[in-house]
Amino acid sequence: MTTVAVKPATMAQALTRAMRDAMAADPAVHVMGEDVGTLGGVFRVTDGLAKEFGEDRCTDTPLAEAGILGTAVGMAMYGLRPVVEMQFDAFAYPAFEQLISHVSRMRNRTRGRLPLPITVRVPYGGGIGGVEHHSDSSEAYYMATPGLHVVTPATVADAYGLLRRAIASDDPVVFLEPKRLYWSKDAWNPEHPMDVEPIGRAVVRRAGRTATLITYGPSLPVCLEAAEAARAEGWELEVVDLRSLVPFDDETVCAAVRRTGRAVVVHEATGFGGPGGEIAARITERCFHHLEAPVLRVAGFDIPYPPPMLERHHLPGVDRILDAVARLQWEAEG
Amino acid sequence: MTVLEQRGAYRPSPPPAWQPRMDPAPLLPDAEPYRVLGTEAAGKADPDLLRRLYTQLVRGRRYNAQATALTKQGRLAVYPSTTGQEACEIAAALALEERDWLFPSYRDTLAVVARGVDPVEVLSLLRGDWHNGYDPHAHRVAPLSTPLATQLPHAVGLAHAARLKGDDVVALAMVGDGGTSEGDFHEAMNFAAVWQAPVVFLVQNNGFAISVPLAKQTAAPSLAHKAVGYGMPGRLVDGNDAAAVHEVLSDAVRHARAGGGPTLVEAVTYRIDAHTNADDATRYRGDAEVEAWRAHDPVQLLERELTTRGLLDGSGIETARQDAETMAADLRERMNRDPELQPMDLFDHVYAESTAQLREQRALLRAELEAEQEQHGGHGEHGAREGGAR
Repeated sequence: MTTVAVKPATMAQALTRAMRDAMAADPAVHVMGEDVGTLGGVFRVTDGLAKEFGEDRCTDTPLAEAGILGTAVGMAMYGLRPVVEMQFDAFAYPAFEQLISHVSRMRNRTRGRLPLPITVRVPYGGGIGGVEHHSDSSEAYYMATPGLHVVTPATVADAYGLLRRAIASDDPVVFLEPKRLYWSKDAWNPEHPMDVEPIGRAVVRRAGRTATLITYGPSLPVCLEAAEAARAEGWELEVVDLRSLVPFDDETVCAAVRRTGRAVVVHEATGFGGPGGEIAARITERCFHHLEAPVLRVAGFDIPYPPPMLERHHLPGVDRILDAVARLQWEAEG
Repeated sequence: MTVLEQRGAYRPSPPPAWQPRMDPAPLLPDAEPYRVLGTEAAGKADPDLLRRLYTQLVRGRRYNAQATALTKQGRLAVYPSTTGQEACEIAAALALEERDWLFPSYRDTLAVVARGVDPVEVLSLLRGDWHNGYDPHAHRVAPLSTPLATQLPHAVGLAHAARLKGDDVVALAMVGDGGTSEGDFHEAMNFAAVWQAPVVFLVQNNGFAISVPLAKQTAAPSLAHKAVGYGMPGRLVDGNDAAAVHEVLSDAVRHARAGGGPTLVEAVTYRIDAHTNADDATRYRGDAEVEAWRAHDPVQLLERELTTRGLLDGSGIETARQDAETMAADLRERMNRDPELQPMDLFDHVYAESTAQLREQRALLRAELEAEQEQHGGHGEHGAREGGAR
């Protein structure tokens, strides 16, 4: 039995380290965005990169999201691998046209001759008491656009591994960073930082037989907490962390649902038109005969993101998840 | 004294003396568009260059006519003509070196052809067999951009990247007068100036954004005036004067290559044809206006200069016409063949590595195509041809 050198680290530290290692390994990697240089980003995720690699490789750009992503397109066309930071979820919207009209389709439009290896880092989601326009869960917008990968880590190890793989990918990746997990700590082994599944694979974070919770990003810790609390009811909940919304890992998700026959999709984005609808439909199409109850969704309310003093009522919590699991049991009985 | 100041809570430090970064005067464009043809400056122009421009202009005029005819035959879904704007298109493209890049808008087919791209491949987007028909790296031409002004930041990024790599590459980005109202135009200009990127922005002011005239587009004295706010020079040129456009663009390209940063050039021209074959230009402009511009035709301006100076005679004109006819005949012949459609291309270039979902959908389409083929005796234009299968 080998002992592994693990020590606690925050997700923010792992992300910084991922960019640093990627920049050291490949001179084509350039980090750019508003405040990413001298300040190190408003969340300090790019801290120290400008100092170590110079301002040409970690660049404070003018304040203009379309311009940041649009110039990154040209840089990628000339052989660079831009890593773009959008300061907050809702600040990325001016860059949507570049993302949707050009970034996502340049490879396809040119029959593979102009791949765009761009990573767009977006701190997203609520739970940190941010004021309006600082807490959106925008993943469904990105998921609806073919040509983009959409990735969101929930653990420190994934934060490092997925970001390294996103930067190394020849395709554009929207890398959603759950900002309320920036300061969460995990035991992490920086000696073997790439010991994680590649992009496109979901993982089972906790085994169980009563029902399967399917989740990602900021809702993973909530689901794990719910699974722990469920033991008091005599329920063993399985928890699947998607890690990647596009591509979607049908195989892992369906295997998990077949084991338990019951599924709840949990995320803080709105339920209507949200990722949960797509996931529930995929499960129903593939595992209908294994299901003992309808697939349920526990999502944020279908409202604009609420003011910070009310956000705890909006975000799916342990009780709401356990209520859904209880409804699944009722379906079984009744 | 304000209440805050009385309480001592507000103690502003005196602001540092503000200095403008440069004298705006040299950045401002001249009041009148720069002209060469018919002026003394024409005497200094290189005769070989003028003849080369003339041959290309005649060819461009013929290309516009041929492509417009192809829309009437249903061979092209749409064609935005540049008749009347040939001088901007061709003189600008010829101001670039081979290693430079061109970022065209959807109207700039002539500039793309002048870069050496196959005329048939350029029309792929408009014919509808694929969104982009040519390899952008082969002649360093980005895909024709349909959304307005969104290709301008790409040009800035590419030029910036080239400079970071130590290459003396310049990017030429083309946009119409309507495109200057878009946010991406502003952001591209600002990034280029802040980064001192080797970019030349060419605005072809052809008078209208579909039907909206320039007066409703901007309140600026000229579009070239917009440059001064970003801290880059603005230049105004007669867009129907090929020699003037070539000279101004060449100066701007040289300036950018030498590390001088970006330039905004406004070429004043006129769109003789409607926006596209789907547009009715009589609803928003009168014949008199169009006729006035016909009298300032770019091909005739250059022809007159060349013949007056004895650089071109009847047989030279005939040679240029023959050259254009040969190009048009080839274009017509090849465009009248049905394009080879490759349905599996729909899935092959979405991602570097296909997803499980796309592999399933690919298999579905392949089965449909095979069934179709069986039904139709094993051939037909929608046959199950494999394109770059992985």
